[in-house]
Amino acid sequence: MRRAIGLILLFVLLAFLVSGMVLIHPFGDPSPTDMDDYIIDNAQNQTGSNSVVASVVFDYRGLDTLGEATILFTAVTGVLLLLRTQKRKEEGS
Amino acid sequence: MLSKIVRTVANQLILFILIFGLYVIAHGHLTPGGGFQGGAVVVSGVVMLLVAFSSHDLKKSLREPVLSIMESTGALIFAILGFAGLGTVFFYNFLVGSPIFGRVPPTGPGPGDFWTGGFIPLMNFAVGLKVIAGLSAVILAIALFARGEEMEE
Repeated sequence: MRRAIGLILLFVLLAFLVSGMVLIHPFGDPSPTDMDDYIIDNAQNQTGSNSVVASVVFDYRGLDTLGEATILFTAVTGVLLLLRTQKRKEEGS
Repeated sequence: MLSKIVRTVANQLILFILIFGLYVIAHGHLTPGGGFQGGAVVVSGVVMLLVAFSSHDLKKSLREPVLSIMESTGALIFAILGFAGLGTVFFYNFLVGSPIFGRVPPTGPGPGDFWTGGFIPLMNFAVGLKVIAGLSAVILAIALFARGEEMEE
């Protein structure tokens, strides 16, 4: 029974993946997007940054960078929690 | 601990690596790079020290509570700067036009002025602090765990 359910779920997942691969846009299909032109034209006026990449990363898409920083924070917390050797020795001795 | 030649060269080289990493962080709004990349450069210098010297020597100068406080401070500065422009929109660049980092460069390619960018340089400093402290703590923890040493005295 469980194996049949797992098999059905696997086929559903496979159908999703294959449909996603088939339905993807061809390369470069919506060719000149408005977002690119807007950022290239207005980034230096609006953010004052000469590096447009930095202005996108920290200003236009700052929320994504906040998520990235949260991922780093969580990774460091996990590593320090798992590999800190002080507590284990105190309990052992 | 490696030989005396390696230790001497690492001692001289760490200064230039630190300066280059801080340069990449500080000029994140003018040149390619930024907080993450410059922090990774500085942490590569820390890895070089960890290879040249032993982790037992390095944990006396790189102490883990200080690194944790530095990383949390960076994350806090980042979040506070994000929330500070909440009057307009989240992550609004409220420092453009103000006396602090407020100059606006002319549109198009130019030599670049350090005193521009709004809060982007401050964000770069916060992220750089966070990456330096966080990755140093991770690498130090892994090295000390591999040697079976305690993290703090």
